[in-house]
Order: sequence, then C-alpha cells, then structure tokens
Amino acid sequence: MPNEYDQGLNDRKAAYKPYAQAIPGSFAIGKLDTAPCTMACPANLNVQGYVQMVKQGKYREAIEIIMRDLPLPGILGRVCPHPCEKSCRRLEVDEAIAIRELKRVAADHVKLSEIPVPEIIPKEEKVAIIGSGPAGLTAAYFLALNGYHVSVYEAMPETGGMMRYGIPEHRLPRSVLDAEIENLKRYGIEIHTNTAIGKDLTIEELQKHGAKAIFLAAGAWKGLMLGIPGEEHSEGFSHVVTFMREVQLGRRKKLEGKVVVFGVGHSGMDTTQVAFRLGADSVTMIDPFSVAEMPAAAEEKKEVEREGAKIHFQVAPQRIVIENGKVTGVECSRTRLTEPDTTGRRKFIPIEGSEFFIEADHVISSVGQEPDLDFLGDDFSGLEVSKWNFLVVNPETLQTNKPGIFAGGDVITGSATVIEAVEAGKRAAKYMAKYLRGEELPTEWQEEPPVGTNWVEIPDDAPVKKRLEIPTLPVEKRLSGFEEISLPVDEELARKEAARCLNCGGCCECYQCIEACQAHAITFETHAQQEKSVSIEVGSVILAPGFSAFDPGRYDTYQYSAYPNVVTSMEFERILSATGPYQGHVQRPSDKREPRNIAWLQCVGSRDINKCDHGYCSSVCCMYAIKEAVVAKEHAGSDLDCAIFFMDMRTYGKDFETYYNRAREEQGVRFVRSRIHSIEEDPKTHDLVLKYVEENGDIQEEIFDMVVLSVGMETPEALINTADQLEIKLDKDNFVQTAAFNPIQTSREGIYVCGGFQEPKDIPYSVMEASAAACEAKADLSEARGTLVKEKTYPQEKDVSSEEPRIGVFVCNCGTNIGGIVDVPKVGEYARTLPGVIYVEENLFTCSQDTQEKMKEAIERESLNRVVVAACTPRTHEPLFQETLKDAGLNKYLFEMANIRNQCSWVHSKEKEEATQKAQDLVRMAVARAQLIQPLPQPTIPVNDKALVIGGGITGITAALGLADQGFHTYLIEQSAELGGNALKLIDTWRGDEIPGRLKDLIRQVQDHPLIDVFAESTVKEASGFIGNFETTISSNGTDRTIKHGAVIVAVGAEEYKPTEYRYGEDKRVLTNLDLDTAISSNDKSVTGAKTVVFIQCVGSRESERPYCSKVCCTHSIKSALRLKKMNPEVDIFILYRDIRTYGQREELYREARSRGVVFIRYSMEQKPQVEKSGQEISVIAKDLILGRNIIISPDIVVLASAIVPRDNVTLAQMYKLSLNEDGFFMEAHAKLRPVEFASEGIFLAGMAHFPKPIEESIAQAKAAASRASVVLSKENLMVEGVVSNVNEIMCRGCGTCEETCPYGAIALVERDDGKTVAHVQEALCKGCGSCAVACPTGAASIFHYDDQEVLTMVEAALEG
Amino acid sequence: MTDKFNPKIVTFACNWCAYSAADLAGVSRFQYPPNLRIIRVMCSGRVNSNFILKAFQMGADGVLVAG
Repeated sequence: MPNEYDQGLNDRKAAYKPYAQAIPGSFAIGKLDTAPCTMACPANLNVQGYVQMVKQGKYREAIEIIMRDLPLPGILGRVCPHPCEKSCRRLEVDEAIAIRELKRVAADHVKLSEIPVPEIIPKEEKVAIIGSGPAGLTAAYFLALNGYHVSVYEAMPETGGMMRYGIPEHRLPRSVLDAEIENLKRYGIEIHTNTAIGKDLTIEELQKHGAKAIFLAAGAWKGLMLGIPGEEHSEGFSHVVTFMREVQLGRRKKLEGKVVVFGVGHSGMDTTQVAFRLGADSVTMIDPFSVAEMPAAAEEKKEVEREGAKIHFQVAPQRIVIENGKVTGVECSRTRLTEPDTTGRRKFIPIEGSEFFIEADHVISSVGQEPDLDFLGDDFSGLEVSKWNFLVVNPETLQTNKPGIFAGGDVITGSATVIEAVEAGKRAAKYMAKYLRGEELPTEWQEEPPVGTNWVEIPDDAPVKKRLEIPTLPVEKRLSGFEEISLPVDEELARKEAARCLNCGGCCECYQCIEACQAHAITFETHAQQEKSVSIEVGSVILAPGFSAFDPGRYDTYQYSAYPNVVTSMEFERILSATGPYQGHVQRPSDKREPRNIAWLQCVGSRDINKCDHGYCSSVCCMYAIKEAVVAKEHAGSDLDCAIFFMDMRTYGKDFETYYNRAREEQGVRFVRSRIHSIEEDPKTHDLVLKYVEENGDIQEEIFDMVVLSVGMETPEALINTADQLEIKLDKDNFVQTAAFNPIQTSREGIYVCGGFQEPKDIPYSVMEASAAACEAKADLSEARGTLVKEKTYPQEKDVSSEEPRIGVFVCNCGTNIGGIVDVPKVGEYARTLPGVIYVEENLFTCSQDTQEKMKEAIERESLNRVVVAACTPRTHEPLFQETLKDAGLNKYLFEMANIRNQCSWVHSKEKEEATQKAQDLVRMAVARAQLIQPLPQPTIPVNDKALVIGGGITGITAALGLADQGFHTYLIEQSAELGGNALKLIDTWRGDEIPGRLKDLIRQVQDHPLIDVFAESTVKEASGFIGNFETTISSNGTDRTIKHGAVIVAVGAEEYKPTEYRYGEDKRVLTNLDLDTAISSNDKSVTGAKTVVFIQCVGSRESERPYCSKVCCTHSIKSALRLKKMNPEVDIFILYRDIRTYGQREELYREARSRGVVFIRYSMEQKPQVEKSGQEISVIAKDLILGRNIIISPDIVVLASAIVPRDNVTLAQMYKLSLNEDGFFMEAHAKLRPVEFASEGIFLAGMAHFPKPIEESIAQAKAAASRASVVLSKENLMVEGVVSNVNEIMCRGCGTCEETCPYGAIALVERDDGKTVAHVQEALCKGCGSCAVACPTGAASIFHYDDQEVLTMVEAALEG
Repeated sequence: MTDKFNPKIVTFACNWCAYSAADLAGVSRFQYPPNLRIIRVMCSGRVNSNFILKAFQMGADGVLVAG
C-alpha cells in the first residue's frame, strides 16, 4: 500500500508503523473494504489471505485460512467454477489471478491430517445430517467444530455425494476426495454409508435416537425430462445422473459407437469426456442456445473439443429415434433465440423445416436434475415441497416448515455447484447451532450491508503481468484412462502468479501477525478493532488540527501529475530524510539518478487568485525552500546546482535573513527573481525545461533534472466541516477568525485555536500559540486545577548503604530486536559469573507491565540492592525502571542500564557473534559500575508562587494578566511612568483592530486586578536565586525594594531605530513610521494633506551591521499608505522596497494597495534611493529595476520604515544569566521547541525582547510565557535531581576555578562563619555536568553518581575482556 | 591470512547529544564496526584527562570524546 508518510513515494505493508518517531510508537493495521474476490465467493473464502500465503510459500497457513470457511480445499481447488475470478480487479490491468489453481497448489502441498484440530469443547446435543455431499459435509464440519455430535447418513456405498457419483475421476481424483473426507473424521464426525433414510431409518427414528436437529442435504438425483418422444425406456438412452453413477459403481465400463450428449453445462462436458474414456467413437453435443449462454466455462469447451467432441449450438432435439427398442439417432431442428426478457433470459424457438437427423448409438441427457424426494414418504414427512419438487425452506436460515429440520444444497435448488452447496452447509450449520442454543431465528432474509469499494488504488502504470498457464495432460495420454487432466503447477510459477494479486482489501487478514507478535499485543479482538466514538466532558477545547499542503495536481500549470520529476516540497522533505523512501540519498523519482540541478518554484498555491483562490502568503515556503536547497547540497555535494525561483524572498523571522544570506553567499544557492512561464518535459530523459521571465522582462530557458514545487498551506475540507460542527467562524480563506488582542480565541467562548488552522505560520509561532491556548484554557479551568490528580505514594525507602552489593541483572530480548541478533541466554549466563550478581533474568520485554511486577518481586525475594537492565537506552527507559525501583523501596539511583539494543543489536545486525560479545562487555561494564553506585537524596525545594514580569508594554501587561487570571500574584515593573510601551503610539493593527481603546482597557484591568502589583518608573537593580526561588531588587525612583518570586517573564520590548540616513532629523518632512502614526493621530495637516508620499523600506534593517528583517515594516507602511489613500484618494504614494514581506494574510493589504494605485518600486542594495534637497524641495531618486532607469519623485513627505532595534539588554541578561543573540535580542532555549523559555529554568521570554513582531504575535507569546511560567508556579515543591556536584570543603581552597567553569552559575564562593572561603553548590541550579569536578585542581569538587571511580571502573571493565 | 587491525576504542559520550546520537544511529539502523564501547557521561566536560589516560593504559587503541 502507498506509504502516506513518504508522500506515496514508496510502499508500505498493511501492518505498519506510521513513521519511525510516531507517537504512540505502535503498529497499525490498515484495512480497506473486503476484497471483491471474497465478496464474489458464495462461501466468502478469504481469497486474498490464502493467495498471499501461497505467494510466500506458506501453504499450510494458506490451508488454515481456507479451512476457516471450507473443509474441502483440494476438491474446490479442482472443481470450483471460480466466480471469484470474474470479479478480480486484476482484470482492469490484464487478466484475473488463477485463484482456483492457487488453492489447489496450497492443498497439494499440505496433508490435511497434519493440521491440528482446534480445541473443541464438546456439547451434549446430537445432530443428524442426511447426505454426505458437499452441503452435508460442510455443515457437519462446522457443527463438529462447534462441539456437537454429528452423524452423517449416506444412502450410497461411498461418501461424497455428487462429488463422487457426479464428478468424474479425471477431474477429481478419488485419492483427493477420499483424503479430504477421511480428514473430517478427525473432527469427531461419524459417517454411516449404505444407510438410506426412508428405507433403513426414518426421520422420526433419528429424532427418537436423540437428533435434536436434522439437516437434509440429500442432493438432486433425478434427471429432468425434456418431454420429447423416445426419452423413456430405450436401450442407449440415459440421464447423466444415472450414467455417471453407473460408471462410478463400475457397472458401466464401455460405451462404444456414436454418442450424442444433450446440454453444454459442466456435467455435459464431464459426460462427453467420460464417453471418450469409455471408448466412444464420436461425441456430439447439442444445445438449443448459443455459445453465449453456455453454462460451462470456455476452458472446459476447449478441452472437450481438443478431445474430439463436436458441439452444435442452437440445435434442439425433437425426437429420439428408436428402432427395435434401441436408439439409432436423434431428430433435431435448428433454433432461433428470442430477445432477452426482463430477467435477461432468452428463449429458443425451433425453426420449422430445419429438421435434420444425427445418428447415435447412445444418447445421454444432461439438462438438469431435481431431488428425488421418495425417501420422505408419501406425505413428504410433513415437509413443504414446491411445485418444482424442491423442499421449501426459509431462505435465510434454511429451516423447513418443521422446526429443527433444515435443508440445503441441491435438494432445495436443483443441481448447482459444489461451492454453492458449501455455502448452504455453512449457513445451515450457523442456524442449526443457533437453533440448538435456543435462540430465536430470523424469519426473513437478512440483507448484507452494501459492499464497499474502498480498495487499494490500482496505479495507472501497473505493469502488465501474464496469467499463469495451467498445464494439462496431453490429449493422447488422456483417453486411455481417468488420469487427472490438470497437472500440478510449478511452485515458482504459482508463487509468481500469487504475487500478481493487487491486495485489494489492504490487510489480507491472514492473522500471521497474531502468531508473530510475541507480546500478544495483536489478538483476534485487537485485529478487529474499529474506530469508535467516545464522549468526554471538558471545560475548554483547543483546536490544533493543522493544515494540509496545497495539491498542485489540481491544476496543470506545473505538470505535477504528468511529469515524474516534478515533486512537491513535502515529497522532497521525505526524499531528504534518512528514514525516507531513498534513505536520504538525493535522487529523482523517474530513474533514481542523482540530479545535477534542482529548481524550486515558490508560491505554488499561495499569492495566487487566478489559479487556486489562495490570495494569502503561506508564510513558511521561502524559508523551507532555502533549507531544502541547503540540505540537498549537503547531501549531494556542492556540485548540485540549487536554484530558487521567487517573487519576494520572505525571510522575516528570527535569524532567517542570516540563513538566507548564508545560503546565497556561502552555500551558493541561486535565487532567481522571476515569474515562471512554463515547464516542459523531454519525454526521453524526463528532464524539465523551465521557461521564465526575469525581473527586467527577459525570457530565459533552463533545463533542470528536478523541479520542487514549494506548495502552500490550506485548510482541508474536513476541517471546514469540523468548524461548522463546532459553530466557529472561519474567514474567507477558511482560517479560524480571531482578533489581534486575543489571537487564539475563536468566535465561540471556551474554544481556542493554535497553529496553521488560524493562519499559515511556522513552527516557533505555532508552538507559542499552543502554550498561549493552554494559558487561556487553564484560566477557564483554574478553579478545577488539581481536582482530578491522584498522588502516587511509594513505600519507605530501604537503607542499603551498609549492605554488600547484591545485583540483579535483567536481560531483555526486546521481542526479536535484541534476541534476534544477540544470544541473550549466553549474555544472561555470562552475567551470572560477574561479581556481585545474585540474580539474572531474561525477559521478552523487560519494559512490559508484568515484568515490572516480576522485577519488584525479584528485588524483594532476592534482597537485591542494585538493578542492572540490559536493554534499550536509558534516554527513554531509565525513568520507567527507576520508578519500579522506587515501588520496590529502593533508591532510584541504585540502577544502571546496559544499552544492548540501540548501541549494539541494531547497529551490528549482521555480526551476531561480535554483537553478543559486545553485549557481554556492556553488561560487565554496567555491573562493575553498579557495584559502586550509591543511593542519592533528592532534596525538595519549596516554590514561591509569585511571578515577576519585567516590562509594562502590551506584552508585559498581557503576561501579567495571564498569570493573575490563573490565580498567581504578579509583580509588573515598567521603566517609564506609563504602562503601554510602543503600542501607545500605534493606531490600529493590520486587520484594523483599534489599538488605543483596547490598550486603555488592558491597562485598567491590570490596575484593578487584586493580584497585580505595578511598579512604574522602576528597573531591576539586582537579581539572584533560581527556579521557584528568585530574589529581585527593584529600584523605583531611588527607593529599592526586594521581592521574592518563583518565575520571571522578560518582556522588555524593543524600540524604533532612529535613522541617520535619508536626511532624517535634518528635515522634518522625513518621518519614521511611528512619527507618521503620531502625526496622523494628531491630525498634522502637513502630513494628512500631503499630495505625494514616498515610503522607503528596510531603513536600518537587512544591512550588514543589522542583518535581520524587522518583520513588521512592510505591513506597517502599506497599512499607512492605505490610510493616507483613504483620507485623500488623490494622494500619490510610492513605496520603495527590496522585498515585500506581507506574510500570511497580510498579503491582502499588499494586493489592495496595488489596486488602489500605490506604486511599488523595487530597489537594490547596490543602488539605494537618495533623498536630495534643493531649496525647500526634497526629491527622491531611485533606480527602477524593471525600467532600468532612474526616476525622480518630489514628495511632500518621506516615510522611513525604520528598523526595530533591541534595547540595552546586556545588564538584565547578566543579572539573570541569560543569553543574547548576535543582534542583541534575548535568546530562547530552543527556537522551535521552547520558544518562550530561557535555558535557565524558571525564566521566560515574550514580545519584542525576543524579536520584532506585530501585536498579535506579542500577545500570543505573552500568554505562552504566562502558561509556561504557571507550570512552575503551580507546583508546591520542586524535586532536585540527585546527580549534582558536591564540594568537599576540607579539600577546597577557594580558588574559584569551579565557579568560572560552571555553565549554569550553580557554584559560587562563599565565606564561612570561620572566615574560610569555599565553593558552594546550589543544587537546584546544578545540572550535574561535572565540569567543576574536572576543573577542580584539588579534587574537592566531584559529581554524585559519576565520580571518578564510577567512571574509571567502566573504562577498566570495557578493556578487560 | 594476516589478522586485520581491529582497534579497541573507548568512547565517552555526552548524555544530551552524542549518546542520543548513538541511540539514533541505532533507530536508523546504521551499521558500524562492533569494536567501540560507549561510556555515558552527563557532559563531555565531565571527561577528565585521567579517564583518557586510563583507557590507553588499559590497552585502548583510541579514545573518542563526543559531545
């Protein structure tokens, strides 16, 4: 099946793990609708299942699958008319799978007697079955499996019914028939032959003898009459039933002369072949219908013709001519057929005057059979019989009008196929059992649910594979006897044939996985798991469903569907991945060749209202395209030419511009500002010819080996429906509608949104929003906090400090992950020989729940005081085992792991012996260390639940409110006299949310909040402490005050760059964006009345001394331009820019500005615009890159989109030991995973102190920081890890080397009461890295759990072996 | 046939990076020769020169400090 995770670039199995790092990391089984072959089979055999087993040569498993539905695999493997093959979807590609033949192949390879009979729980009830044909035997088999005592009564001398007395031996060898029937006796079935009901025993007698249910499966043994003269009592005429029976009984051994057979059904064909084998000179078959109506298969016709039969279609017998009581021939006439009636059937009409005569010595009529119900007596034993002489039954349950008496097979239908009889037997068994259990039986036909057709897709390019040709006995060898015509198929060919199966149903339900799963995680029950609905009650809902990538296949512009080497960026991500379809090797799909060059086309499905209706920018594509290009070059070598074709390069995030510059200048990625005209493919090489238009209008053509489409984001259809169900509003682009001041609040209270469902965005901002949504949800739920938490308790810890080490070693097989490579018993045996080892155990899965219990018991029983687990990696599993130790009353540090999976069996899978040796060494090292390790205390420290927020701008205000609303007392300090920060100068957000009013609201909320203390005109003077326990001295107008708090949020913001260029400060008509906002707010006529305005972008940003993009200026300028246009539509506005970076839905503003006539002129770094002044007039000169000429504008005002620069953050950074990036902004712990946290615990970051950003992002980040901080504040105590540094004060000489070395500020020199200066470790800050221990010149500093001896002993043990 | 030189290598791996990288190599089923023994430390800064000298003294042919 296609691997969804690899974007369909390769295939996966039906049992699969979604991807290597998937959570939960378990396997799934992909099932689709039941395959059409199974649906077509009357007995619903799991065809796909046994075909797959044959493919793998697992014949026994194939037979076991067949035996779930059918006890006669070898018989059906020969005689079934295989309706399944007609529905095989392989027919859409070439020819059907030879299903019947594959069944026979399986059966021929397996002795049924060797298949174990499943455990049968015997039941009291007896059941009688009349007739040992396929219906009777099948019913007997399933009833016996159910535990009933089954007796089968057969009138004939041998078993098998029509299978023996109707089907000739050359089609069904008696050895096969005998073996399969004999096998049934192993299930406890008794078969009485030569016992005719009605003659030897009556139904009443059977009931009297205890048969609680009876199944009448007596077959149809009476030949139908044609009603033509001469049919009765003449020598040379017989019915097929009689003829075949006589042959089988050995009463007819010869048939000489000319033979005429009536009817071209299966049995007509059989009759003809038998006639030849008995010595017939010729056989002529006649049938009144045409070849199109022939019931027999074309292959059967072919075979009888090969043997010499003549077939006359549309010929009806009129009279059997008899002379002297002996047949001499048949008088026939030709027929014509009527048009089909409403049921599709035709009738034949003899053509008058077309009569002719066929000479014959024997005539055998094979036109159908009916049951011989004489055995039921005159009144049919009270059973209802139809006018066609069939027993009447309920069509669903097969019960007759008499309760407990069921009937099925030919006796209710007339002659039919073996597989139909099997179906009847199965059905009867099911309802007889139900009847016997006293359950009520349905009275009507139970309609099956409609058949689904969600099957595996057949790829357009599925290769044609020829169907297996079944070998047959040469004609010259056939006629001398009854040797089987179909010859065994070569095993290789059979497996090849099985491999043609398309696996329509996904999982083939072979249940091999149940066998294979040693942990018994897959059972028949879990295998059958279906999705189910559950209801849960919640106080708030967070929507984080993400987005889907734009499907470029919808439009032919990029030829994505047509050309194999045009891939999407999502596919390219997988191509680059080490776990991807090509294991990280860069190659193109068409021929798996390494590409020489790759082109990325930007804005596919974004910024395009002509083709895809997505007017917005998808925000992330520029950055990921650069990353893909850089990584591709890393993988493939620098010779790979990577070119990115773009309109505007939007690298607006933190450190993004630097990455872009490096890709361009150092890694040699080409950036081509262009529009794409077309992609054409060279059909021979699959190379791609890219035609594009450069900025100056020149048309270029380049050939690429691969083209990557940088597809944008969109909301999938399913999510639109979800939003509708949840009654939340979406905007016109189908993203969730939110407001700038609450960017995670949907239109419905209590439902929050984060990530790509809100607007296209990257990972850092999505993660911030996620925390922000958690903050909102926590505020809603603050009253219920902790009410559902159960506290875990542990037994009293045992004191083992004075005991000798008693080590228990647990060696894990990890299923076959370790056990399949490393000789685990040998490792276990070896562990027993190691000093101190008291107990060794091998586990299938040491991490399983039951093993934890066993481990606890072993610790207690054997008085173990150290535990070593040899398994996977401590990085993932150490906490689990340590928990078990704690549960057993041991200190968790008395534990050690030997990594014999990730670092042994997995990486040495081909060298089993060496891997075993290495595993032994690793265990020896772990045991040696375990001897030395000591219990360690884990001190708890109390947490102060107050918070400090530094910075009273909109970020600080929001963060303070976020914390206070959750119930945490918060100190908010602001350096100026007024709260509000930069927002005080702004008019509205890009979406048009009005700012001053909302800001005033927020400030009032802060001032009124009982849990917020505001310190205005205040700064941080001093800070000390650690997570949960900070002490900060605040200086307010000269007065100092020290406060204690558990967490800090740094929200000091940033400020506008005061330009030194473009005559700013020299001429008051040159303004910054904030100056412009202030002027508009105060209705400064010189600004609002301006007739010509020039905006210059990137003033102070993206320069060599300040390489970052300030993110907000493009949007700000365009917003201001639109405002000026609104106030005065006549105003001429020119925006001089380098790239327009209106990311996300801000693109809409850009489009609107252009439509309103704002003129955008791009300039390059090499030729920046000039602001000139002559007299009173200022003029702006800029080089237009499209025209290639200078243009001169004489504006009334010039607006500079000046950069946003960090404040002087150094002092604060030093006080709290925080890092700054190269640009002077604060540095978070991890750009993507921990975007609002500092590396130092308990300190958080939000707003423009982190990086320039618009209000809505600052607000989201503020809420995120509040959310993360509350995780700390909501704890009463923090537990400190035991692996910390320790200073032996006697040996310490107070040199301070350790203090200098410690990267966490956890060690400081202190003066003791006695005046001696020694190093002191603050355990809550210590990470246990051990640098101090290495740096210490006297050996005073050491690290618990990793002291010199504990490490050195491992070095020794490693090299001992 | 002459014996191929099969060096004994002792590796000190930082728990947070190199050790997890070695785990990841396993998850990714990378194959490498089975002649190195990894000792986990909480930081490569924990590796004392004594540890390295001890390894050589005990007969190691190479020491890899990864972090």
